[in-house]
Amino acid sequence: MALGGVQGRGPRVFLPFRLAWRQLRHEKSRLAAAISGVVFACLLIFMQLGFMTALFESAVQVQKSLHADLFLMHSTTEALWRSTPFPRARLAQALAVPEVERVAPIYVQNVVWRNPKTSLKRTLLLFGVDPTSGVVGFPGLTADGLAAITKPDVILFDARAKPEFGAVSSWLAEGPVVSELGNRRVEVAGLFEIGATFGSEGNALTSEANFWRFVPNHTPAQVNVGAIMLRAGADATAAQAALRHILPDDVMVLTKPELIAFEKTYWANTAPVGFIFGLGVVIGLIVGCVIVYQILFSDISRHIGEYATLKAMGYTNGYLVRVVMGEALILAVLGYVPGWILGLGLYELASARIFIPLTMTVEKSIGVFALIFGMCVVSGLLAIRKLKDANPADMF
Amino acid sequence: MDAVRISGLTHRFGDGETAKPVLHGLDLSVAAGEVVLLTGPSGSGKTTLLTLIGGLRAVQEGSCVVLGTELAGADEATRVAVRRRVGFIFQHHNLLGFLTARQNVAMALEVDARLSEAKRLARADAMLDAVGIGDKARAYPATLSGGQRQRVAIARSLAHEPGLILADEPTAALDARTGHETMELLQRLAKEQHRTVFIVTHDPRIHDIADRIVAMEDGHIIEGAHA
Ligand SMILES: Nc1ncnc2c1ncn2[C@@H]1O[C@H](COP(=O)(O)OP(=O)(O)OP(=O)(O)O)[C@@H](O)[C@H]1O
Ligand SMILES: [Mg+2]
Repeated sequence: MALGGVQGRGPRVFLPFRLAWRQLRHEKSRLAAAISGVVFACLLIFMQLGFMTALFESAVQVQKSLHADLFLMHSTTEALWRSTPFPRARLAQALAVPEVERVAPIYVQNVVWRNPKTSLKRTLLLFGVDPTSGVVGFPGLTADGLAAITKPDVILFDARAKPEFGAVSSWLAEGPVVSELGNRRVEVAGLFEIGATFGSEGNALTSEANFWRFVPNHTPAQVNVGAIMLRAGADATAAQAALRHILPDDVMVLTKPELIAFEKTYWANTAPVGFIFGLGVVIGLIVGCVIVYQILFSDISRHIGEYATLKAMGYTNGYLVRVVMGEALILAVLGYVPGWILGLGLYELASARIFIPLTMTVEKSIGVFALIFGMCVVSGLLAIRKLKDANPADMF
Repeated sequence: MDAVRISGLTHRFGDGETAKPVLHGLDLSVAAGEVVLLTGPSGSGKTTLLTLIGGLRAVQEGSCVVLGTELAGADEATRVAVRRRVGFIFQHHNLLGFLTARQNVAMALEVDARLSEAKRLARADAMLDAVGIGDKARAYPATLSGGQRQRVAIARSLAHEPGLILADEPTAALDARTGHETMELLQRLAKEQHRTVFIVTHDPRIHDIADRIVAMEDGHIIEGAHA
């Protein structure tokens, strides 16, 4: 029965592919050149996509580490770092919805930090929360740290902030770090890890009472983000609908995935990041396409007599098209495999050296393979026009 | 039955005013099992005739029946089908440089994959043995001499048991002795396997292998049109 398959469709695909492979492997140096072209395109695309997703992920690091079921923001707020505050009364109103168990305000403001070594001033994003609310789950936060910020003028610092803020984490290992925040003396009592995002170069966390000290013009009545915790087993969408019903239009009610998507959309539309990286991907594809097309086209040109001979022997044009497409697809696979491995290596390198966590996901792997595959198919389709020049009558 | 039956075959290159007649109402038949040589001065239309018989060109006028198939008015698929039943030997061997000798011969059998891979290769090896270069089965054409390459080409043209073998100046790239040897080999194999062979040649030294010699001049057959 297996033989039946071999005699049916099998040879129509397998034999031209084998011929393509034999032709490719016959000239090792040309094959190597073609593969490196595909590898190059692969790497370019992996890096562009890697940086793009990393930047978008970093942009929502804060949102991802907030522990609440629903969030309130002022309806004119576009992004967290420049959020419009809304009246704290909205949180009290929210408590009227039966599903709501408790609420917690989050205060956010850009504040100037002075690097104690260089005296350089830089703006960081300061978060003010009730440390006992459990709303803020920034990576690397400790119970000691959360306890420390209840003391006056004490903050926790972002260990992954830009180095211009100072090597706070290593200084802290040697002793207390004291500097200025919002023109006020401040002591760093601990660390957490968020890192620079589009909207901020570094972050700091403190208690509500301290927040108002560092940001005197920010009144407790003005909240940037309201975190809403629901009773166990409550239906979040129902609660969201109920909140939307009772709350005035000046606030919006978002679930956590919506909050994350909201922030990503802002950056995708505002920063030309998507466009720039998209352009990088397109350039990678074009470069790869040109290289593969060149290789295939010159391969057909150089073997035109052989293709014409095959036509004289009774091979159809369709068969030869399959040979050329076979070459294209073999190049796609042979280029993608080392491209993926090198891409993984570069991702690790980037994560280790420049602290941008680039991650190789299944979606990214499949997506890039699809792009490379498509690129090779397009190159092949462009190159097969050259097959028309193979005229068996010219062979005599 | 005749392997080739041609009547009133006329062919022109170009269209309209500038059309250049090359063949003028040819009549020719080749019986099955016959070895026929076609000679004539350069430009007399020999190659044109050969490509028409081989289904490599569309027939314009007249009738051309090859292995029972009428090629006048035939579509590309019919011509491809005829090509598969014909074995071609070219002036320059035209072997595929990236395939070994046996793979080249097996290509004649891959075109309609009726045989298994093992049978194809076994047949290819047998054909290479028959042309006396069985020991070169795994060599690439680049490492073979001109005579050896032409032997591989002969093996390839015979491998799929074609009803007709067409050759255009198969000795042109060979020295006199090798040329004669390979043509003798072709003739012997053709006779053993009852193949019909039609060879275009300028080479008077191979006339002795022919059952019949057909002469052309200026697009007309002037001698030997019928046995
Ligand atoms: N593709 C073509 N386009 C136009 N004219 C052609 C073409 N092929 C051949 N001719 C012309 O047709 C005539 C016959 O050519 P053909 O190749 O059949 O001659 P031949 O007998 O094989 O010559 P030779 O012995 O030199 O190979 C020649 O005058 C040639 O110039
Ligand atoms: Mg000729």
